[in-house]
Amino acid sequence: MRIHLTVWRQAGPNVGGAFHAYTAENVSPDMSFLEMLDVVNEQLIKKGEEPIAFDSDCREGICGTCGFMISGIPHGSQPHTTVCQLHMRKFNDGDSFTLEPWRAKAFPVLKDLVVDRSAFDRIIQAGGYTSVNTGGAKDANNILIGKDIADAAMDSAECIGCGACVAACKNASAALFTSAKITHLSLLPQGQVERTTRVLNMVERMDTEGFGSCSNEGECEAVCPKGISLKNIATMNKEFWKAVLQS
Amino acid sequence: MALDSKIPSGPLADKWDSHKFASKLVNPANRRKHTVIIVGTGLAGASAASSLGELGYNVLSFCIQDSPRRAHSIAAQGGINAAKNYQNDGDSVYRLFYDTIKGGDYRAREANVYRLAQSSVNIIDQCVAQGVPFAREYGGHLDNRSFGGAQVSRTFYARGQTGQQLLLGAYQSMQRQVAKGSVKQFAQREMLDLVLINGQARGIIVRNLVTGQMERYVADAVCLATGGYGTVYYLSTNAVGSNVTAAWRAHKRGAYFANPCFTQIHPTCIPVSGEHQSKLTLMSESLRNDGRVWVPKNNGDKRNPADIPESERDYYLERKYPSFGNLVPRDVASRNAKQVCDDGRGVGESGLAVYLDFKDAIQRLGHDVVAGRYGNLFEMYEKIAGEDPYKSPMRMYPAIHYTMGGLWVDYNLMSNVQGLHVLGEANFSDHGANRLGASALMQGLADGYFVIPYTLAHYIAGTKVEKVTTDHDAFKEAEDNVQQRINKLLAVKGSKTPRALHRELGQIMWDNVGMARTDASLKDALVKIPKLREEFWHNVSVPGDQNSLSKNLEYAGRVADYLEFAELLALDALTRTESCGGHFREESQTPDGEAQRDDDNFTHVSAWEFQGVGQKPNLHKEPLVFEEVHPSQRSYK
Ligand SMILES: Cc1cc2nc3c(=O)[nH]c(=O)nc-3n(C[C@H](O)[C@H](O)[C@H](O)COP(=O)(O)OP(=O)(O)OC[C@H]3O[C@@H](n4cnc5c(N)ncnc54)[C@H](O)[C@@H]3O)c2cc1C
Ligand code: FES
Repeated sequence: MRIHLTVWRQAGPNVGGAFHAYTAENVSPDMSFLEMLDVVNEQLIKKGEEPIAFDSDCREGICGTCGFMISGIPHGSQPHTTVCQLHMRKFNDGDSFTLEPWRAKAFPVLKDLVVDRSAFDRIIQAGGYTSVNTGGAKDANNILIGKDIADAAMDSAECIGCGACVAACKNASAALFTSAKITHLSLLPQGQVERTTRVLNMVERMDTEGFGSCSNEGECEAVCPKGISLKNIATMNKEFWKAVLQS
Repeated sequence: MALDSKIPSGPLADKWDSHKFASKLVNPANRRKHTVIIVGTGLAGASAASSLGELGYNVLSFCIQDSPRRAHSIAAQGGINAAKNYQNDGDSVYRLFYDTIKGGDYRAREANVYRLAQSSVNIIDQCVAQGVPFAREYGGHLDNRSFGGAQVSRTFYARGQTGQQLLLGAYQSMQRQVAKGSVKQFAQREMLDLVLINGQARGIIVRNLVTGQMERYVADAVCLATGGYGTVYYLSTNAVGSNVTAAWRAHKRGAYFANPCFTQIHPTCIPVSGEHQSKLTLMSESLRNDGRVWVPKNNGDKRNPADIPESERDYYLERKYPSFGNLVPRDVASRNAKQVCDDGRGVGESGLAVYLDFKDAIQRLGHDVVAGRYGNLFEMYEKIAGEDPYKSPMRMYPAIHYTMGGLWVDYNLMSNVQGLHVLGEANFSDHGANRLGASALMQGLADGYFVIPYTLAHYIAGTKVEKVTTDHDAFKEAEDNVQQRINKLLAVKGSKTPRALHRELGQIMWDNVGMARTDASLKDALVKIPKLREEFWHNVSVPGDQNSLSKNLEYAGRVADYLEFAELLALDALTRTESCGGHFREESQTPDGEAQRDDDNFTHVSAWEFQGVGQKPNLHKEPLVFEEVHPSQRSYK
């Protein structure tokens, strides 16, 4: 297969960038999208040119490191798939794609397709945990949790923090990411003590980091590689208003 | 220097408790005056950072990813062991200890493994308290499964994402400390040298991977939790950023490297599809609980699997190992897969694969139960291989997965370099020559949550360190050293990419130092590796600017280190003329083809001391003493 690429190149933070055209030759249908880019980069390096910067690590869809826009869609058009798990067999010879980094004020571009997502860490720092020190925890089976509750908590906890939800949202909102953590912990008995402060602090941090507000467009859920549901946002909103009334 | 493992005296079951009691403590008011560097934020590093932060130390945490949450531990699928005996099926701390010692083919320290089994119980409590959503039964209790080579159900899991959930638990605890100010987090920093002052590990040099600038950090002690070196084989199940760089640079500063030849090959990975392949994907071992492994009885039988009748299938694991069947330990399963493929009975286009078949399980349990257990794994397989495992059997082949070897540490997790502690997969300590499934997560968290808080306190309380800043000459010397190496990489301006050279190295390692090793193959590797290293330094191409984000420059540095380290791995394999665990020397096998240990000559840890690149390292031996368990020929028949 031959694939045509138009790629955003930007030398560093706070400088301008531009699109450049590349062609990937001899693309095998068994390649992942990133393996296809590896091959393009190999060619660039051999020519003494700087390769396209993109990030990845696990290459199996779980670490959340990879991610960029493929023709306007975060991680590309395949549902429930990170770009490292997107295989070229889904495409046709001669296809063209435009590759761009996540675009969001809270995710400044570092280089080419790589952005700074440290704002997500800071949202977690605001309360995405249970305050328990190491040692002294009671026997695990002393906390009974119904299977349905545990499963629901897991559904939310599966978020990989890749940022596709922010990139897809016209407001660049981090509501899906933040609400997934809030929902995970608010479902479990272990998360009850800090339930009120958690939601207030995390929501506040989300705003101060420069993420936009949620206007229920649903784009985030549609592109989420882990299928994190919009219901999380509804839960977060409920939790938030309850907390506001309580405090 | 004689290696002192510092194993406490007294009965096995009391060693850790009496050691903790005998350890010195640091006064709570003084802890913030002590700075601890922790490199790595996987299960080992993140759990250490959060625990030490909670205690009040001033912790500096480093990782190469853009967030600590992305450390390679995130990818672990199957589960974590603990001797809870919730299933009432005869498990105990002693049994977990025994299984781990035996599973490791009697090449691990009894005292360490016993402590690991003891801590396992607390780990689950800790993680549940953090809100880790482990799988539950309908009554609300924790669910367990049995996992690779265990005859009891002691594995806790969170769907197929156990590593992710455990890591997020540790990461969140660590973020809580970041918010409190006791942990300072430095993401996108690569440790490139260790700084020694008066023989003590006192700091690190890192490259800021975004700006390209060198940075210096000073501390009272340094902990490395930088993971394993599986990617020395190029293709492995590890994340593509995994590397030996931090450990290797510490080794070059004097830390001994122990048992580098103990590498683990996982039996169930999706086979290689072509040269472009950048990593191999593991399919969790838990699949072997219900999937049946087979190949055609006849050589070269290329029929569609559905067209091969039962009578012409060889369920070779069930046939050869009736009591363990498909659940034999990883080394045994991998070697048998290689054997049937070498015999010409492998399946798929390359002939380098065996079937893992769920037809019977689907018939017995129904589609929904199978989907509940393995749904996400089946989906993952379909994405990568393009085939539906509900309809046709998976094709599987072994791949490099885990490295039991690592920097040598004593019972306190301290290397022979004063103050340098090593945690998690980066150390060599607990798995001997073969790691059992679901034991690495347990070890990483035991090291970080339950061991290092005690042993590091003991070190800090009992050690005088000179008051220094990063202006000390040792920092300057180390930074210059790092800078020179980078300049040298950029100056080569050759025509081969780091990836191409890495791929070549991987091929040498897989062919010569892979699943089966011989005297000749190892000697051949020892000729080829230095040649390739030569070529690297004359022909590598690293275009671009060192003062900005450059994945290619980072990668080139890691490949350069692998080209040095690979030689040590091959030499260790050559020196150990016995077979044990994952290290199979063809010259040393039982009449029926199982690994034959040589206890008289090799009941020891091989710890190597660096003497210079291309120079023969010095070998130090730490004898292994078995007081509880009597080494016997492992049998899974
Ligand atoms: C696909 C897969 C599935 C697995 N499944 C299981 C399982 O089910 N059960 C089980 O028990 N085990 C499993 N394992 C093994 C287990 O996941 C690992 O052994 C374990 O997670 C290692 O943890 P760690 O904390 O030691 O290191 P890692 O998680 O590898 O973390 C290494 C850390 O070091 C940092 N680092 C590395 N080099 C540098 C440097 N030079 N400078 C700065 N930072 C650096 C990285 O950024 C990272 O934060 C699996 C492994 C794989 C590959
Ligand atoms: S590289 Fe880990 S999710 Fe894609």
